[in-house]
Amino acid sequence: MNNRTYYNEILTEHNADPLHKHMIANPSKMLRGVNPSCGDDITLLINTDENGMITEGSYVGDGCAISQASADIMIDMIIGKSVDEALKLKDKFIKMIHGEASEEEIESLEEASALRDISHMPSRVKCAVLSWHTLEEMYKDK
Amino acid sequence: MSFDVYALRKEFPFFSEYKDLAYLDNGATSQRPQKVIDAVNEFYQKYNANPFRGLYDLSVEATDRYEAARRKAARFINADSENEIVFVRNATEALNLAAFSLGEMCVKEGDEIIISVCEHHSNMLPWRHMADRKKATVKYLFCKEDGSFSLDELKTLLTDKTKILAVTAMSNIFGRINDIKSMAELVHEKNAYIVADGSQSVPHSHTDVKALDCDFLAFSGHKMLGPMGIGVLYGKSRLLENMPPFLTGGEMIENVSLEEVTYAGIPHKFEAGTVNAGGAVGLAKAIDIIDDIGMDNIIKHEEALTKIAFEGLSDIPHVHILGSDDYKDHNGIITFKIDNVHPHDVSQILADNDIAVRAGHHCAEPLHRYLNIPSTTRASLMFYNTEEEIRRFIDCVKEIRPLMGFRD
Ligand SMILES: Cc1ncc(COP(=O)(O)O)c(C=O)c1O
Repeated sequence: MNNRTYYNEILTEHNADPLHKHMIANPSKMLRGVNPSCGDDITLLINTDENGMITEGSYVGDGCAISQASADIMIDMIIGKSVDEALKLKDKFIKMIHGEASEEEIESLEEASALRDISHMPSRVKCAVLSWHTLEEMYKDK
Repeated sequence: MSFDVYALRKEFPFFSEYKDLAYLDNGATSQRPQKVIDAVNEFYQKYNANPFRGLYDLSVEATDRYEAARRKAARFINADSENEIVFVRNATEALNLAAFSLGEMCVKEGDEIIISVCEHHSNMLPWRHMADRKKATVKYLFCKEDGSFSLDELKTLLTDKTKILAVTAMSNIFGRINDIKSMAELVHEKNAYIVADGSQSVPHSHTDVKALDCDFLAFSGHKMLGPMGIGVLYGKSRLLENMPPFLTGGEMIENVSLEEVTYAGIPHKFEAGTVNAGGAVGLAKAIDIIDDIGMDNIIKHEEALTKIAFEGLSDIPHVHILGSDDYKDHNGIITFKIDNVHPHDVSQILADNDIAVRAGHHCAEPLHRYLNIPSTTRASLMFYNTEEEIRRFIDCVKEIRPLMGFRD
């Protein structure tokens, strides 16, 4: 097998051994996101405190490794951040997936930068952005 | 002609264009030999005129070539007469034609249509659509885990109200060739009709519509070395004669006045508008090439490759092949799943390693739901595939779970 593959270790670890794939009791927000064409299906669960800080987060669902790892990495990054900061990360992530982010922006995405090569795989873009778009939907009235 | 796969591959420009690609998505569409491409070109360069419409030599020549293709297709499936061959765009159009026109001819409110659960959407939705229109009932013939059907179950579904059984001659998921002949006998006892989907069976097995005694058979040229945009609906002439047309317009009439119309005879009654003569000529060339290679040789080589693929994949832990556990029932189609790895990741990793397969539900979503599997990966072979390609495919599948971070 050659190594021309986009499945790096960060991605496969978050997929095979997710940190945040479980339910949480009484989330303050819960939203399902689906890619009908390929069947990726995740539900995000988020808890925030009175100051708008994300105190708890998780997801459940099924889908390809890219959609699942992307969700796991996202949750890991946004816990402990404010919703505003989380939405800023979302903007950067989507920019990266569309191949428009600077090196600096990509670096600031930490583990999520492991998905940067998806920008060369048009057919998998929607898998990578599903959880981030769901997060955006969740707070669109904010 | 002896079988030399590497010599055969030289006839296909695709393989010199993509030297490193193992193309294992032949169930979706096959590759085309240069001779087929040349035959289509030659038609448009030398014989191009609208068939049937002119009395000048060129139009007559174009008509002759189109009709010669029809005779070739008739002979290829052992039809009684070329009038039983209706040229259409593809199997999907053939099945829509059959559903519409046969529905108009014989289905009324309260009648029953039986569809197998294994059908491609193309042999399911036209019948459901027609049944809705006619207020007829749809019943499903379910398969066993190995993909086979029980004739006893079919018997219990058949009633005096049954009008049609729609069933595939070879499943695009399991690869199994179904016993159309025995099903036809049971269906005919009830004076109903059987419509077989030959999309997968015609390119990979001997087809004899007389021996099968099926009333209709649909197939596409593009899965059997022919061009895209040409397909066939075979129908018994006595039925085609009694069925109303599907599309109306030019070329399918005898006389039209402002008050009345008499339709042309079969098969032209079903071929409204300018026909795909270039496509038909290409299909005829494809049939010549298959005949030259020999269907027996094709079956033998495909069976040998199927055995290697089936045994290789069966030996890999956490890999599960759908359908029969005998490779002989697979006819070049290996649909599988890998524990905890999504089919889209499987096909992506294979693609990253220059192996083309298909992932998803392969246009058989009801079957996937029935089997309770959201989606699968499918490798589908053709006689021009090589043992080396199959071994490379097996080796790559072996690496997928480790690559995805699973250690057992
Ligand atoms: C069993 C079966 N039926 C019908 C079809 C539809 O063929 P087409 O898209 O050429 O109409 C296919 C192929 O996609 C098939 O595998």
